[in-house]
Amino acid sequence: MAKELLKGNEAFAEAAIRAGCEGFYGYPITPSTEFLEYMAKRMPQLGRAFVQAESEVAAINMVYGGACTGKRVMTASSSPGVSLMMEGISYIAGTEVPAVIVNVMRGGPGLGNIAPSQGDYHQMVKGGGHGDYFPIVLAPASVQEAIDYISLAFDLADKYRNIVHVIVDGNMGQMMEPAELPPMRELPKDPPSWAVTGAEGRQPNFLSSIYIDPADEEVTNIRLVKRWMEIEKNEIRYSEYLMEDAEFAVIGFGTAGRVASSAIRAAREEGVKVGLFRPITLAPFPKKQIEEISKRVKRILVVEMNTGMMLDDVAAIVQGRVPVEFYGRLGGMTPFPDEILDEIRRVADNKAPINGDARAEWISRLEKIVEEGR
Amino acid sequence: MVAPTTPETKVVFKRPESFTDVTTHYCPGCTHGVAHRLVAEVIDEMGLREKTIGVAPVGCSVFAYKYFNMDFVEAAHGRAPAMATGIKRVLPQKTIFTYQGDGDLASIGMAEIMHAAARGENISVIFINNAIFGMTGGQMAPTTLPGMKTTSSPFGRDVELTGFPIRMSEMLATMDGAGYIVRRSLHDAKHIRQSKKAIRMAIETQERGLGFSMVELLSSCPTNWKVAPDEALKFIAESMIPVFPLGDYKVRPELAGLRV
Ligand SMILES: Cc1ncc(C[n+]2csc(CCOP(=O)(O)OP(=O)(O)O)c2C)c(N)n1
Ligand code: SF4
Ligand SMILES: [Mg+2]
Repeated sequence: MAKELLKGNEAFAEAAIRAGCEGFYGYPITPSTEFLEYMAKRMPQLGRAFVQAESEVAAINMVYGGACTGKRVMTASSSPGVSLMMEGISYIAGTEVPAVIVNVMRGGPGLGNIAPSQGDYHQMVKGGGHGDYFPIVLAPASVQEAIDYISLAFDLADKYRNIVHVIVDGNMGQMMEPAELPPMRELPKDPPSWAVTGAEGRQPNFLSSIYIDPADEEVTNIRLVKRWMEIEKNEIRYSEYLMEDAEFAVIGFGTAGRVASSAIRAAREEGVKVGLFRPITLAPFPKKQIEEISKRVKRILVVEMNTGMMLDDVAAIVQGRVPVEFYGRLGGMTPFPDEILDEIRRVADNKAPINGDARAEWISRLEKIVEEGR
Repeated sequence: MVAPTTPETKVVFKRPESFTDVTTHYCPGCTHGVAHRLVAEVIDEMGLREKTIGVAPVGCSVFAYKYFNMDFVEAAHGRAPAMATGIKRVLPQKTIFTYQGDGDLASIGMAEIMHAAARGENISVIFINNAIFGMTGGQMAPTTLPGMKTTSSPFGRDVELTGFPIRMSEMLATMDGAGYIVRRSLHDAKHIRQSKKAIRMAIETQERGLGFSMVELLSSCPTNWKVAPDEALKFIAESMIPVFPLGDYKVRPELAGLRV
């Protein structure tokens, strides 16, 4: 298949369908709504299930039910909606059934706005729901990458019987880009052995997140964390750009990483040896790779569209080996490449080395930028 | 259970195949167990055990899955109708039922039950109305009677402050998507037999694709009502039925001629 000009959310939905999604349950919310609208049209055409639920609470519990049948099911939402889903996400994790959740993130907290943001990093990457569980979190940076990673999300969810979050921001949901969709996959004929399908000629299956005896829950927690350690071993994914000879590394995910790559190209033209490290799996996080980078570059600049949530994770890995600086736009603001270029220059010149907290330094500079902009 | 082999003995009563051989955790005098048995008998009689998936609630019947010999899932508190919807939509040929208490269904799960009915979701709901939050130790439920003492209405339910009991069957019967909505009681043998027929009708409704079905069963909670089991049954008959009248609130015309 050749590349076509595809709309973000619609392409993601079609990618899910081609990956074998048999049930979509959702509730409209900008900037993810086109995902649901596309599913409303396409799923019935294919004889697959589409339900517009009464709320995100209901939607995720429908996903939970669908997931228990062993079919590939999913939902797509945006930040406030995903907050409502956290109860169900925790139950899905505790029941060890596979599910894919796409979060097209927007500015917050609260009702916030509908502009692109990465402010759900903590909620998505660290779990978000109650209890001891580990979601896989994929953060693609283009329409094509999102298409590819939504397919992968279903495979990983099935392989590990684990939640997989695909997080993009409103930019990617709304943009049009040339991309190629994979061929339609055939649906599996038989359900997995653990699924509830009616106990025909076999012992009944029972799926639950209840372990009333703490000793049993502890055994479950051990199973979950061991599975997670296996995932950490096998499933780290990232992208590197001009990193071979880099003296300075920019680390950013999703749109922030993508905008940074334009800035990096411009900086290279000025002779600054800078490269981009873009984590694609935010969980499991590419810790070893970042540790290696911190041993060979002079300084690191973390760029995000939030107040420095990943910054803390990077700093914990770098452990002060080299300075880690921060640049971030907040509240639904998308950075411009020249803003990041300025920061790269500043970090490379090292005229104003950070003394103390990278976040605090950046926020005080950002306040001035915001002030001037007004 | 092993069937007797002597030719002169005839089995007149046995454990339904849809029931496991497990002692339940229910309190003495609790009618949750009676409701379970009725559901199991109906599923046996209709030959549906191997295509049925049950959805357990959060409440005293959280362990319902242990007592039913069939595929089961355990929902989050109040979300059973959503979970059942998720299952039914990808497995439309299977028989799906939820089993929910009044806290689960009429309080935290109000949105899920209303919308499942509004969508005409082809599932059956067994609704155990015991006018109380049993599992958490006897707090006020949306179905608690006016004046009734609970741990969270210690001076008796004051309708000025806490409002009035919610009549779910009446409300759900207004939904065009509902095929069969009735209220029955478990307080004596006659009413138990009527309850069983209603459960049969609910599953028949689902099997015929006639939309959402629910059987509300007035049920006892001697432990949290703080009365003896026989007193509890009397309380259902004398105090609950006047507030929650028994009856058929919605029966699709297609079901009218059906005799079970
Ligand atoms: C989200 C959530 N909130 C509260 C609880 C605590 N809780 C468990 S059961 C229950 C009420 C159950 O009452 P009901 O549904 O009437 O069932 P019964 O025990 O009376 O059969 C509550 C409040 C919970 N498990 N989950
Ligand atoms: S607490 Fe009430 S509802 Fe729960 S098992 Fe005991 S009697 Fe039954
Ligand atoms: Mg109750």
